[in-house]
Parts: sequence; C-alpha cells; structure tokens
Amino acid sequence: MKQQPSHGIRQEAGPVFHELRGKFPRIVRDGWQEPPLEVVVIEKDSIARVAGYLRESWGVAALMDLTVVDYQGYAGGKKPARFEVVWYFQSFESGRRIRIKAAVPDTDPVVPSLSGLYASADWLEREAWDMFGIGFTGHPGLRRILMYEEFSGHPLRKDYPLAKEQPLVEQVHPGVPPFGAKPKALGGE
Amino acid sequence: MKRPSRESAPGRAGESVSWVATRIGDAVSWGRKYSLFQYPFVTACCGMEFMSAAAGHHDQDRFGAAFPRFSPRQADMLIVVGTVSHKLAPVLKRVYDQMCEPKWVVSFGTCATSGGFYDNYATVQGIDTILPVDVAISGCPPPPESVFDAIIKLQEKIQKEGWEAVQSRRRHPPAEARRQ
Repeated sequence: MKQQPSHGIRQEAGPVFHELRGKFPRIVRDGWQEPPLEVVVIEKDSIARVAGYLRESWGVAALMDLTVVDYQGYAGGKKPARFEVVWYFQSFESGRRIRIKAAVPDTDPVVPSLSGLYASADWLEREAWDMFGIGFTGHPGLRRILMYEEFSGHPLRKDYPLAKEQPLVEQVHPGVPPFGAKPKALGGE
Repeated sequence: MKRPSRESAPGRAGESVSWVATRIGDAVSWGRKYSLFQYPFVTACCGMEFMSAAAGHHDQDRFGAAFPRFSPRQADMLIVVGTVSHKLAPVLKRVYDQMCEPKWVVSFGTCATSGGFYDNYATVQGIDTILPVDVAISGCPPPPESVFDAIIKLQEKIQKEGWEAVQSRRRHPPAEARRQ
C-alpha cells in the first residue's frame, strides 16, 4: 500500500473531533489529525461515554490498543500530567482510526474501564495496571497479567529502576554486583 | 603360494576382542558421556537453532547426546535454551530438582548464560545464578558447531570428574535438605 504524502503529519482537527466537541463540549479538550489517525483529547473520567458514542455513531467496532505514557521527568514544553492513557479505536466500515487521549494525574491514577464495551479491553487494561499502575473502575478482575503476583511495583513507570530484579528463586551466587554498579577502583587515586 | 587364512593366524581368536583392561570409574564415565539423555528446556528463539543442531542435518546424535526425554526423571542433561524470566525461574528450578543424579546443565545461548541484552527487571541474569551450569554456549544464537563443541567439552568433563565425584556431587541439594 502506498503511503499518502500527509502520513503522520499533524493537521487541523477532523470531523470526529468537531462532532464530539459539539456533543460533549465540557469533556473534549483538544483534537487534531495525524493521517490516517484522528486524535481527540478528553477528560479521563468520560472515556466510557465517549467510547460508547463512537461505537454507536461512528461505527467503531474495535478497541485495537490501550497504552500509557509516563511523563515523569518530561522536559519538552509545557509540563503535562504524570500519565497519559491512550486508546486506539478502529472502524472496519469506514477504515477510520481514532486515538483518544486523556491526562491522568499521579494523585488519582484511575479511569473507567471499557471492558463492558469491548472484550479486548480486559487484557489491555490488566496490562496497563501491571506495567503502569493505572486503575480501571468496573474491570471484572484487575490483576497482573505479565509479571508474577509476588512482584511489587509497576516496572514501566519511570521511577521503577530498570534493572531492579525481584527473584522468586533463591540466588546461589549472591555478591555478584548488579549490572550498572560502579566497578571497584583498580588502584591509583 | 598359499596365503594364510585369518582363522589360522597365530595369536588371534577370530575378530572379537577377548578382553579389555580398564578401571570401573573410567568405564562408567565412558558410558555416561556417550548416552546423555537431554531435557530441552526451550523458551525462546534459540530453540530454532537447537532444533537445527539436534535434527538430521547437523545430527547431534553423532555425539551420543540426542535423545530428548520430555520427563526430567529420565534425563541427565538439562539444556536451557533461551531467555529465562523471573516468572519462569521456579519452573526451571523444579525441573532441575526433579532430575536424578548424575545430572549436568548446559546453558544454550547468550540469554540463558547471562541474560543477554535483557538487562532488566524481568529476566534472570544468567541461569548460573540459580543452577550449577557445567557448560555455557555463547552466541545469539549459537551455531551448531558451538553446540557440538560444548557437548564434547561436557563429555571431557564427565570423563575427567569420574564416577565417585558424580556420586557425591550435591552442590545444590533440594531446599528441604539445605535447611537441615
């Protein structure tokens, strides 16, 4: 498939944004297009309403993906909220792809679950909980999906040390320095 | 001129060898090193290379170490092929503990040996942190030649360490025994 020249270049807001803005003026914050995607930024607590409306009015049939961005230590431009949850919707009738984003503060990292609307939300939300510690109200069983139950913390958060292991099996070679530890000085100074 | 027949040649009793002198330890080690039953603990992409090395084209069976047993009770060489995550580590340890003595461990590929480039929270940084590894194979993935080199080195090790050493080898007893 040949890519359009406009592919990925930010453009003015499209029809989905304008309709959502007219329908939910208090919820919709911002919007633009990055062909072939349309992007709409909303308030986090209203995702279930927006998703339900998209499903009915725009023929959105699938939640393709759900991701989280951790903005801790972000240095570019205006300081955003700690997290941003991103939903990717797809309509198979029109081929339209819609990305919904919502800022989620560190103090209240909870958003409504879409598991009642889309079956795929079940595991996607469990992954977001496991990796980033985002809670989803209304999820039927929000527990870890990739890491083991004994694991504490959420490893893809920026404040989780990348190489901090939590072994389940007793280590037989303790004393081996972890990777990245400062090597002992070889004399001299 | 009449050629002497083989049967009438002096000092030979047919084609068979009538006696061999050795030590029992050497004989046992010889038997062990050429009948390595392996347990392939295959977790990742190295498995493809392991299949290539084990199957007909490269034919690991030439070294007497080809017969995969899919029960640890029947195996004496544990080949750990691929990345081992911390979630999986208890399974690997249990498989090792279920194997009968004598047993040997081969770590196949960079990930099993050192964690490889998975230097993160999820991955065991080398299975030698939880198991006694006898031979480690480097490579991502290792070529079949490396695998055979490792098998030959393991066979040398088995021959050298002898019968009694293996009998008394309890470097990593099960957890219950360790507590006593």
